[in-house]
Amino acid sequence: MENLIQYSYVVAAALFIYGLKQLGSPATARRGNGISAVAMLIAVVAALLDQGIVEYQYIAIGFVVGALIGGAAARLVEMTAMPEMVALFNGFGGMASLLVGWAALAPGAGTFTLVTIILSILIGGVTFTGSLVAYGKLSEKIGSGAVLFSGQQVVNSLIVLGILAGAVMFCLQPDNHIWLYLVVALSLVFGIMVVIPIGGADMPVVISLLNSYSGLAACAAGFAVNNNILIVAGSLVGASGIILTQIMCKAMNRSLSNVLFSGFGSGKTETSVVEGEIKPISAEDAYYILEAATNVAIIPGYGMAVAQAQHVVKELAELLEANGAEVNFGIHPVAGRMPGHMNVLLAEADVPYDQLLEMDDINPRMENVDVAIVIGANDVVNPAARENEGSPIYGMPVINVDKARTVFVLKRSMASGFAGIENPLFYKDNTRMLFGDAKESIGHLVREFS
Amino acid sequence: MISAEVFLTFILMLSIFLGFELINKVPATLHTPLMSGANAISGITVVGAISLAGNGQHDVANWLGAAAVALASINVVGGYMVTDRMLAMFKKKGS
Repeated sequence: MENLIQYSYVVAAALFIYGLKQLGSPATARRGNGISAVAMLIAVVAALLDQGIVEYQYIAIGFVVGALIGGAAARLVEMTAMPEMVALFNGFGGMASLLVGWAALAPGAGTFTLVTIILSILIGGVTFTGSLVAYGKLSEKIGSGAVLFSGQQVVNSLIVLGILAGAVMFCLQPDNHIWLYLVVALSLVFGIMVVIPIGGADMPVVISLLNSYSGLAACAAGFAVNNNILIVAGSLVGASGIILTQIMCKAMNRSLSNVLFSGFGSGKTETSVVEGEIKPISAEDAYYILEAATNVAIIPGYGMAVAQAQHVVKELAELLEANGAEVNFGIHPVAGRMPGHMNVLLAEADVPYDQLLEMDDINPRMENVDVAIVIGANDVVNPAARENEGSPIYGMPVINVDKARTVFVLKRSMASGFAGIENPLFYKDNTRMLFGDAKESIGHLVREFS
Repeated sequence: MISAEVFLTFILMLSIFLGFELINKVPATLHTPLMSGANAISGITVVGAISLAGNGQHDVANWLGAAAVALASINVVGGYMVTDRMLAMFKKKGS
């Protein structure tokens, strides 16, 4: 029986890997996710067959409660709220690993097991509270700005020292539970401390990193309970999160430590004077220019999600195409609040995925674009990143909308973007500002067309 | 005889490299479903939780295990369902 269970885990691991491979292309991704779900089912059934399990009521209760909550959340969540839901789920995964590590503590455990128990508690705890803070910031239940106070580094260092000391003492005296509780408590506090100094615009990095942690926590729990499948699946998730984190950091031209340890915009260097004037445009005039355009690029940002404008954007794109124009969407890697956020919103609005171009694909085409429409994006289209060496975002790769013949910027008001950086794009000769709620402005354009 | 610890570490090392190879090929357009799908996979902790929740000891570990089963199940069920919901929306032009 034991062998059968272990071989089932081998099958599950193979299916997890194959499922992830299928996830590499939009055409096969849905099947890949299904394969991965089957792998999970096999692993769970195998675990239930274990001889050590003598009663099922706790398992059943836990599963029913979890499945109902998870199922309801998955059905009800709005696509715009996806980042906060993923953050919350990450947190639950982390907490589960913390509990498994804790529960795995048995008298007479060896040092290796004790170390892995403490690791799963530490990583799981940080993931849990860190994700809760990220959830609060993303759903704007708490302020999304960076929270910085003097002595923060000192406090954090003390917490780290406390965790290290507690962990060492736990390994030396595993029967004295005070050390265990100390590490649990400090890990939870540390999770809060590491996420509060990170501002809302850096959330794509944080959410990727927490994703990675939830995998690594499962991995550590796997060591604690001596289970292969936890290690394999956990490290796949850990690797995935790390890669996404790297991509996000690269897209912001910042190192991971810079994102984690300095609230963005706090060490402000310059504010160079931007020359030129703002040129507003009415929806009617914008319509006449669009009507004559043969090549249009749409660059969405977080503002499109906030205004829930994706459906009306799709309508406009269809009308432009019917009018004979080529329409593409340019997606910056950190547009939105999580990796790929814009792509999901536009997919929800039925925009085909082959119309969504990555930054490196759309930039070379920008000179042939008649009209670039920027919807609720700011820093990711800021030419200062290319031109102004003193700018805090200098060096960050951006979508070069200013190279298009005409740029429409849809914006509520002249307030600067999240990072609080002036955007010279708004003052360029070929830029026109279409002020107002993005959904209403585009709705207006759509009515002009029809 | 190789100790179990070495064996497990070996598996860890190979899986991490494999993970990097697999995920590197995922295009940006699928990053959100990738993340929520990976999240569902991290619910694999449920397997560890099951063995602790069902050991019949009626001690602290038992209760912790049951709570872990519930939390990890949220991840597993919610994660796979929402990923499927998202991926169902991705369509190619003209289809």
